[in-house]
Amino acid sequence: MPFSYLSAPDVETALRAVADDEDTKLLGGGTNLVDLMREGIERPAKVVDITRLPLGEIKNLPDGGVRVGALVRNSRLAADHLVRTRYPVLTQAVLHGASAQLRNMATVGGNLLQRTRCLYFYDGAAACGKREPGSGCDAIGGFSRNSAILGTSEHCIAAHPSDMAVALAMLDAVVEVRSVRGTRRVPIAELHRLPGDTPHVETTLATDELITAVELPAVPVAANSRYRKVRDRASYAFALVSVAAALGVEDGTVTAARLALGGVGTKPWRATEAERVLLGEPATDEGFLRAADAELAAAATTPHNHFKVELARRTIVATLRRLVPDGRDEESTI
Amino acid sequence: MEISLRINGSAETLEVQPQVSLLDALRDQLGLTGTKKGCDQGACGACTVLSDGARITSCLALAVQYEGHEITTIEGVDHPLQEALVRADGLQCGYCTPGQICSAIGMLAEHKEGMASAVTEDDEVDELDEEEIRERMSGNLCRCGAYNGIVEAIKEVAG
Repeated sequence: MPFSYLSAPDVETALRAVADDEDTKLLGGGTNLVDLMREGIERPAKVVDITRLPLGEIKNLPDGGVRVGALVRNSRLAADHLVRTRYPVLTQAVLHGASAQLRNMATVGGNLLQRTRCLYFYDGAAACGKREPGSGCDAIGGFSRNSAILGTSEHCIAAHPSDMAVALAMLDAVVEVRSVRGTRRVPIAELHRLPGDTPHVETTLATDELITAVELPAVPVAANSRYRKVRDRASYAFALVSVAAALGVEDGTVTAARLALGGVGTKPWRATEAERVLLGEPATDEGFLRAADAELAAAATTPHNHFKVELARRTIVATLRRLVPDGRDEESTI
Repeated sequence: MEISLRINGSAETLEVQPQVSLLDALRDQLGLTGTKKGCDQGACGACTVLSDGARITSCLALAVQYEGHEITTIEGVDHPLQEALVRADGLQCGYCTPGQICSAIGMLAEHKEGMASAVTEDDEVDELDEEEIRERMSGNLCRCGAYNGIVEAIKEVAG
């Protein structure tokens, strides 16, 4: 389908273009938008290419954090020395997503805004409230093996597909957003919306806003962090369940805990209930399991994806166990 | 739109609509049919080319976005991996082979640069063993199932 194209030479030009026309889309690496345009799901009248904007740097911040330009390619983010040493969970999450070719193209901002891979979202003959507002949800009662179990509504159970965003949720990243109206900073927990009765409204961003950077705060415990992903094949598949975790342990007691889940939530899922249970408890499989159960108590499952509850329990425990100093990587004792 | 691309070392000027992928521009307008169209949605890797040395799926790349980048297709490749693939029976129908070769060249450069993969333990990038090669090449599917030969050939040129 035809559209007009503009390669934005500077940020201001890009912002004016999206401010002037709601049917204008910003184009980064293209790995999601180009596909969705070809499928007829996204139909912009105009596409503004932002890949030539100067938003491709990774910088050390004075407070020990890191600022990542929105156009940093996923592969560059994963390979960055600061990211690898301060936030190994983020490097691992990115490397567990997509393929090397796609990571070389995809941008950090685009990854955050990628749309669901729910089969019914892609199937033009199916009912999908994300694609056609108010049309219902054929995933409910349909083939829902890949669907979410947390944050769902009667209007949508689509899982959020990003691995990177799960690590960013765990790290309390802050998303810097610009428009012709100015600059604002959005905590990642407030970037993605639960589907509720408007599943087509996926983020809290306005149509004229551009993500310019993602800031990672200093998170000392993240030096001891991991990302574990379980999927239907060993590589290059979306998560059934994934876990991003960081753990601080002193004398066998959890002194700091961060946990986020992928593949199970309608948005990148920060597991605050589990974190609350973990803190101050013994760093044992039993304690980890109690934390997992606290988070998963709210799960709403279908016959097809009920297995994700048990899979998430086991994956949470296995991931946390590896983060205990001198931790074991063997069969569970539970 | 008129755009200029650098393909395999030579400058090419062509007229494209904005929606034309780099893959279609290469095949249909420049006659470089070595790059293959498999899924046309970034899932199979048959369309892999190198952009400034980095492997990308050309089906999801709009040609207009790649003005000023140096694109290398299989027609511009002369690499020991090509002979190694023949020796190792790393192909049957050959449809995925150009993508496999371009992808592997990009992959070897990434590894040389010290980039980790999802199976690299404790961020220590070591030699390319079979597990590393399989993970790093997972974006290239081979429906004939010539994976064992492909891995063997890559191992030979990497070692």
